Amino acid sequence: MITFLGSLDDRDALRAVEVVGGEAVPLWHGAADLQGVDAVLLPGGFSYGDHLRCGALARFTPIMGAVAEFAAAGGSVLGICNGFQILCEAGLLPGVLTPNHTRRFICRDVDLVVQAESPWLGDRPVGASITVPIKHGDGAWFHPEEGLDALEANGQILLRYAEDVNGATDRVACVTNAAGNVCGLMPHPEHAVDPLLGSIDGRLLVGRLAAA
Amino acid sequence: MRVTVLVRPKTGIRDPQGEAIRGSLAGLGYPVSEVSAGRIFDLEVDTDDPAEAERVGRETAGRVLANELIEGFEVVVG
Repeated sequence: MITFLGSLDDRDALRAVEVVGGEAVPLWHGAADLQGVDAVLLPGGFSYGDHLRCGALARFTPIMGAVAEFAAAGGSVLGICNGFQILCEAGLLPGVLTPNHTRRFICRDVDLVVQAESPWLGDRPVGASITVPIKHGDGAWFHPEEGLDALEANGQILLRYAEDVNGATDRVACVTNAAGNVCGLMPHPEHAVDPLLGSIDGRLLVGRLAAA
Repeated sequence: MRVTVLVRPKTGIRDPQGEAIRGSLAGLGYPVSEVSAGRIFDLEVDTDDPAEAERVGRETAGRVLANELIEGFEVVVG
């Protein structure tokens, strides 16, 4: 679990990993060393104050070189919110995150519909719905029309918002790379791992890391 | 040498910032039907060679300053 300058969900992410039975290892963006972990989590927040574009500066931190190598070797990498933005800017995931079309910061639970079977979603079948909160101002995933069908055909689009919440292309909420080992989403599974918080559906995505 | 990089949203890409500004200008009574909001970066590149300055401008624009999925850029030397 990597802390960047301006990460703010790193403590929640560490706890979520423990909740699903994993051993959480805090990592620092300034060290190009993953300390032999079995999976990597990039948490939410506002790295580098969201200056330039969200995630655009964090992608050049020393640890991101190590993350790219880890991902290329097939390691499981999950990016949540700002972590998703960083992975897109780094080219490890398709698309880019842009400002919400509503021009408002949105903070509420959303329903997400499973689009493809994936280890990231446990045994949830296509069409199943999960509930996870979102909290973002720049959460509209954008991808050019060209290539969108290929992502779908390759099973890289894992979740769609049940209704349009932020203007994302085709309501896409969660995507993977071509190999499927790198996954990113704007909703916050680490905030949905305890019944006290209203949903435990987030255990699916975080649980994939603990199983690695 | 001074290098200026102008970054603009690509045509057809939703631009909430421009839309918000357009709404305010319209509210003030200005006859403005569209606003596109981009960014200007003024770089002081440590070279006296215009070609090298342009190369640095283009490389930083393509790699860092703009995301070409959604933005286009223009590099002006001097």
